Amino acid sequence: MRSNINKCAGLLLALGLTVTATTHSAHADGEQYFPLQSYRIGPYAAGGSGFFGGFIDYLQYVNLKEGGVNNVKLTWSECETEYVVEKGVECYERLKHGLNGAPAAATNPLSVGIAYATLDRSTADKLPLITINHGRTDSTDGSVFPYAFPLQLNPYSEVSAIINYIGTESGGLEKLKGKKIVALFHGSPYGKETNGILELLAKKYGFKLTLLEVPHPGNEQQSQWLNIRRIKPDWVILRGWGVMNPVALKTAQKTGFPADHIIGNIWSNSEDDAAPAGNAAKGFISITTHPSGTNFPVLQDIDKYVIKANKGNLEDAKRFGTVYYNLGVVNGILNVEAVRVAQEKYGKRPLTGEEVRWGFENIKLDDKRLAELGALGLVQPLRLTCSDHEGGGAVRFQQWDGSKWNVISDWVQADRALLRPIIEESSHKYAKEKGITPRDCSKES
Amino acid sequence: MSFFFEVLVGGLLAGVMYSLVAIGFVLIYKASGVFNFAQGSMVLFSALTFVSLLERGYPFWLAFLLSLLIMLVLAWAIERWVLRKLVNRSPITLFMATLGLSYIIEGLAQSLWGAQVHGLDLGINDEPFEVFGLLLSQFDLFASAVAGTLVIILSIFFNKTRTGIALRAVADDPLAALAVGINLQRLWLIVWAVAGFVGLVAGLLWGARLGVQFSLSLVVLKALPVLIIGGFTSITGCIVGGLIIGASEKLAEIFIGPYLGGGIENWFPYVLAMLFLLVRPAGLFGERQIERV
Repeated sequence: MRSNINKCAGLLLALGLTVTATTHSAHADGEQYFPLQSYRIGPYAAGGSGFFGGFIDYLQYVNLKEGGVNNVKLTWSECETEYVVEKGVECYERLKHGLNGAPAAATNPLSVGIAYATLDRSTADKLPLITINHGRTDSTDGSVFPYAFPLQLNPYSEVSAIINYIGTESGGLEKLKGKKIVALFHGSPYGKETNGILELLAKKYGFKLTLLEVPHPGNEQQSQWLNIRRIKPDWVILRGWGVMNPVALKTAQKTGFPADHIIGNIWSNSEDDAAPAGNAAKGFISITTHPSGTNFPVLQDIDKYVIKANKGNLEDAKRFGTVYYNLGVVNGILNVEAVRVAQEKYGKRPLTGEEVRWGFENIKLDDKRLAELGALGLVQPLRLTCSDHEGGGAVRFQQWDGSKWNVISDWVQADRALLRPIIEESSHKYAKEKGITPRDCSKES
Repeated sequence: MSFFFEVLVGGLLAGVMYSLVAIGFVLIYKASGVFNFAQGSMVLFSALTFVSLLERGYPFWLAFLLSLLIMLVLAWAIERWVLRKLVNRSPITLFMATLGLSYIIEGLAQSLWGAQVHGLDLGINDEPFEVFGLLLSQFDLFASAVAGTLVIILSIFFNKTRTGIALRAVADDPLAALAVGINLQRLWLIVWAVAGFVGLVAGLLWGARLGVQFSLSLVVLKALPVLIIGGFTSITGCIVGGLIIGASEKLAEIFIGPYLGGGIENWFPYVLAMLFLLVRPAGLFGERQIERV
């Protein structure tokens, strides 16, 4: 009996060691840890598996090619959230303390809900909360939200850039006067977040705006598109999510609205949004902060060091270079760059979340640095500061040709000067409600 | 006025798609008194299986037959390991079992075939054409024809065949049915298999419209008010309920929605269903249950 128990215990111990060895390296000394609140099952698994696949492959690539960041090896572990807020918070609490002594650098939940739910905790725990291309718009103001980073693009910048693009296509912003634009938005806080800004822009430029809500999840849109048929707009801005996107394109086709006058936002821009709509998606335009494709040196390197070495994270190798995967790679580049920048100040060692926060606030990615990273054209030039946690605010436009996205514009900048006072008004209101004294960014170094 | 009719026709056609999902519920409820919460997961599982086989190079009909076979195996497994153990348990126990099944099937589907979104082209044109100024699509008409055919076949099956009549007897009283020699296990296997077939058909039609992805399992939310209005035991009721729900939700969204801030078509069908429950609890075509106390 005892022998059986010993055998079982031995087996479990061996199993435990194997599992540990496959997910992390054995030594915590000189390691920087990334807690990953990922989602690979559930309704949004396609986005989650692509994004976290790209993120992990980039971390793996830095380890394999460079031995980590200045010899500090990168480690990570995943906790499945299924995109459920409660699980996301549970994962946050479980992983925030680091792993085997390796301190946590930042959290990247890729979920507006989880980001909102862990915002206060991140501030209290001094752990950066990265919400690349999403999150609270007012968290752009780092003086009030020191630990939140809506990197590259916040929701207000998104719509501002889209209106600027429509203006250019119309022959100048002044030509927007009298044009009809419909914004078809997901019936959720995410979907509604930009309505106020669109109304402001409509007033400023004189276009006629109609806001149409699609109830979650968006698998039936007949009435909205019949309404659009009646309105006869010049453009439709699609602020979709998940199944809402292909259904919008299919229903647009059914009601005779041309796909090349629909502009998808940042969460309507993946292959998973366009491909299921088949022919109906041909000509569909969307914004992107990062082109799909594998022609960037960093992706070719990942292919060489990670994918071809059978160390890639993707279950389906065909997803290499897709929109979600590349967003994960971009996110990896920015996270690792923050660690690298922070190491220059604090020393070449594993860093605390507070130190990595400083790294994020001092990221300066110009064309030269992007070329060194092999990411020129993949990542936009970015400069973050204490007061500006977004940094970029530019997008490119891409068009679906029936099988892949093709970039059709250069970087189009949002009107950040117009948006900044609105962001500050909102962030200061939040500070007042929460009793936060904003940092004086002029004194930060 | 033509816009009103356009919305009405669009709604009626959308309603037929809801009916397709509702039929799967009715089949199992009619035959076993079980409200099968896993019907949406079966729709997802069958469509995901089909499209995954198609992408692996199987021809359309072979992929369809293999998917059907896999649904039969699933039906057998459910009968063998879940339902057989729960014969004559309370309806709530059986309902909870199907709730658990729903999560198991969803997890199984994603584990087996992955979490990616797949496009599905059935080769039926979804571009619009005008008839008397109204927009129609070939796809919608095809879906309506499929639903109509299913209703006719299933109505004949339940009313005219020995198996169908035996299924109704089982639903009325499983113990009495067993006492007169009806093979309960075989019947449950048949009905779950037929529900799997209906799930596959609904999955393919919905999958062609939405893309085959996890959200397919959520189309059941559209079927619930259809069932309440049409009745849980009537296949014809599914079609009528679907038409009522489809038309009313679209008209409500367009003509009432603007006064309520828009986005009302998700909850409006439930308001309608609640009203029906108050005045006609068994639905329009459902069987009234009279119990001796």
